[in-house]
Amino acid sequence: MLNPQKLSDPEPDPRGAILPLTAHEITLRLANEDLLHEIDLVIEARSRTIILGPNGAGKSLLLRVLHGLKAPTSGEVLWAGAPLDSVARARQAMVFQRPVLLRRSALANITFVLHRAKLSRQDREARARAYLEMAELEHRAQTPARLLSGGEQQRLAIVRALALNPEILFLDEPTASLDPAATLAIEQLIDTVHNGGTKIVLVTHDIGQARRLADDVIFLHRGRVAEHSQADVFFAQPTSAAARAFLAGQIVT
Amino acid sequence: MSDDSSVLSLALRLLATGDDNLYAIIGLSMRVSLAAVGLGCLLGIPLGAALAVLRFPGRTVVTALLNSFMGLPPVVVGLLIYLLLSRSGPLGFLGLLYTPSAMIIAQTLLVTPIVAALSRQTIADLNDEYAELFRSLDLGLAARLGALIRDGRYSLMTAALAGFGRAIAEVGAVMIVGGNIAGATRVMTTAIALETSKGELALAIALGLILIALAMAVNLMVLGLNNFAQRRAYA
Amino acid sequence: MICLVRLKSIVGSATGVAGAAFLAFLLSALTQLPGSAALAADNSILVQSTTSTQNSGLFAHILPLFETQTGIKVKVVAVGTGQALKNARNGDGDVLLVHAKAAEQKFVRGGWGVKRFDLMYNDFVIVGPANDPAKIAGMKDAPAALAKIANAHAIFASRGDNSGTHKAELRLWKLAGGAAAAARGSWYRETGSGMGATLNIAAGIGAYALTDRATWLSFNNKRDLRVLVEGDKRLFNQYGVMLVNPARHKHVNAKQGRAFINWLLSDVGQSAIAGFKVKGRQLFFPNAAPGS
Repeated sequence: MLNPQKLSDPEPDPRGAILPLTAHEITLRLANEDLLHEIDLVIEARSRTIILGPNGAGKSLLLRVLHGLKAPTSGEVLWAGAPLDSVARARQAMVFQRPVLLRRSALANITFVLHRAKLSRQDREARARAYLEMAELEHRAQTPARLLSGGEQQRLAIVRALALNPEILFLDEPTASLDPAATLAIEQLIDTVHNGGTKIVLVTHDIGQARRLADDVIFLHRGRVAEHSQADVFFAQPTSAAARAFLAGQIVT
Repeated sequence: MSDDSSVLSLALRLLATGDDNLYAIIGLSMRVSLAAVGLGCLLGIPLGAALAVLRFPGRTVVTALLNSFMGLPPVVVGLLIYLLLSRSGPLGFLGLLYTPSAMIIAQTLLVTPIVAALSRQTIADLNDEYAELFRSLDLGLAARLGALIRDGRYSLMTAALAGFGRAIAEVGAVMIVGGNIAGATRVMTTAIALETSKGELALAIALGLILIALAMAVNLMVLGLNNFAQRRAYA
Repeated sequence: MICLVRLKSIVGSATGVAGAAFLAFLLSALTQLPGSAALAADNSILVQSTTSTQNSGLFAHILPLFETQTGIKVKVVAVGTGQALKNARNGDGDVLLVHAKAAEQKFVRGGWGVKRFDLMYNDFVIVGPANDPAKIAGMKDAPAALAKIANAHAIFASRGDNSGTHKAELRLWKLAGGAAAAARGSWYRETGSGMGATLNIAAGIGAYALTDRATWLSFNNKRDLRVLVEGDKRLFNQYGVMLVNPARHKHVNAKQGRAFINWLLSDVGQSAIAGFKVKGRQLFFPNAAPGS
């Protein structure tokens, strides 16, 4: 389903230029409450990092701070040691929990983000079609994006993000409202993206999904990083009480 | 015309007999109003979109001002444009007074705030949905406005329609700056006013019916397009 | 058919589907700006005139004659005499044709007009409801009739718009003792509108009104209004014509404006005015001084 040749950038790809991503003592305070509290993290290139935790732990907020959509109250986010600049900005992309699709055809949703690349109209459309193929949506190219099913919409959102040729892709609970079959298709697509060399940072509260996808896990609890470890270590021997309780299926708040 | 002939049949007879004058008047009404709406959209939609997207001090005041300009009295606008375009006014050298161009200018002034205010609302709603995506894509202002206007185009047609309704039914401004000159600047509304002042009430109402029918035809077509867009999930 | 074609172009434009066509349309709407300006200067003149001459149909009768004879197109803006004088003073017109002799003479003395000519006349009449509450029907003394209306507190609809008719009415009230101004808002109602609108109001509420005979005869919503007082020589209504002073406003189309005035004053023009009839009745009586 993937044809990486078709999608490879015509110019040499300076992958690894903006990673690792470092969060340094990030605090996000709203109405006198620390929604994120002094978070220190180093997120390395390549791997699939899963941000796991119960609802209200601050997972989505952390993702938005890392992606630069929200400014932290204090602390800083560093890209390969430097603050966010236009290069780092252009080399990352995000997929939202509820896909934000333009009121256009599936194809036009992708060509829209390809406008930044200096391509001829034909090249742009050819590339967009290749991304649709990757999401197994080539037959829906002319369908208005908002008439696609939930799973199709999220797949389109993912390949649209991928069309930006990001070094790192943030995904915020991309399967939260999807049935198992659609979830599986999304997870396969994420695998494909990862195999293409893109760093994945995915937020989920679904333990099964974390087990299926994770290379490393950041467990977030009440706005703090409870632990950050390799997936096998995390699932075998969680060190924090909150993570142990969460993995045991208890209600953690 | 006899008193017992119904107004409706009079209206139909006027249309059917193909009176050249009537068609010229209808044509000018449409031309002036559509040009005013077109210009009003060119000015008003970007203005409304910018107000919806930009955050700057005094934004609320500007929005309130714009909303209140939706109710600008046509006579006042007509008078202002008259003073501007009069031979004794600052723009008198253009020789535009009592021409269709003067009427278009006056109506553009009436239509633009309506289009801008309604566009602002439409675009603001759409922007609420798109804002995070646009920030994630790191789009510049022009690209953001462009995408919002393009994707909001079917909803924006409602704004244009409201502007058209204002323009086609307006009499005060076009009377003053157009002069209701037969064969030159007479439009449906000023013709109706003239017939009323001559006591030709049945004729005036018949013309009014034709005007309403025109406005309805335009509305139906735009609403039809909107329905189509809704079915296609573009609106 | 034309209408259909136009509607199609509207649909196209409004949808944005034919955005390019719409832009072209807008451009054409804008590019006709200089065109129409040139037209105004070229072979047409603009006449500032009164509603009575337009509403009665006089212009529709005489202008085609003039236009075929000279090839000059005459555009008429019909407003109240006061407004017409103001517009002409601003230079928004080439020729002024109104009916308020004193104001016209002042206009010329101020240098706004070149020379005023008597053109034609008719008369004013006092109209009122058929039941005539003030009992003025048949009176030959207009100020006395107004005084009776005032005494009866019968409703009187005044133009109140500084028009020629309004000025004539105010003169008559002065002769009648000036009771009207004090009664403003009670039985004396100022409509602030044109003659036709004022007659519509008078017909609607059964009020008395002063009107020029031309507007009255061609007015088609009389209901039970009747002519009650006529024939007083103080009801005389003189129309005058003059060229807007090209020395004051250099864009004035003096040559063709003069041609129009000369034609109106000529035998041909005067008999064209005399030949205009509504329901068999002559509405305007030419009285240009011979050789003027």
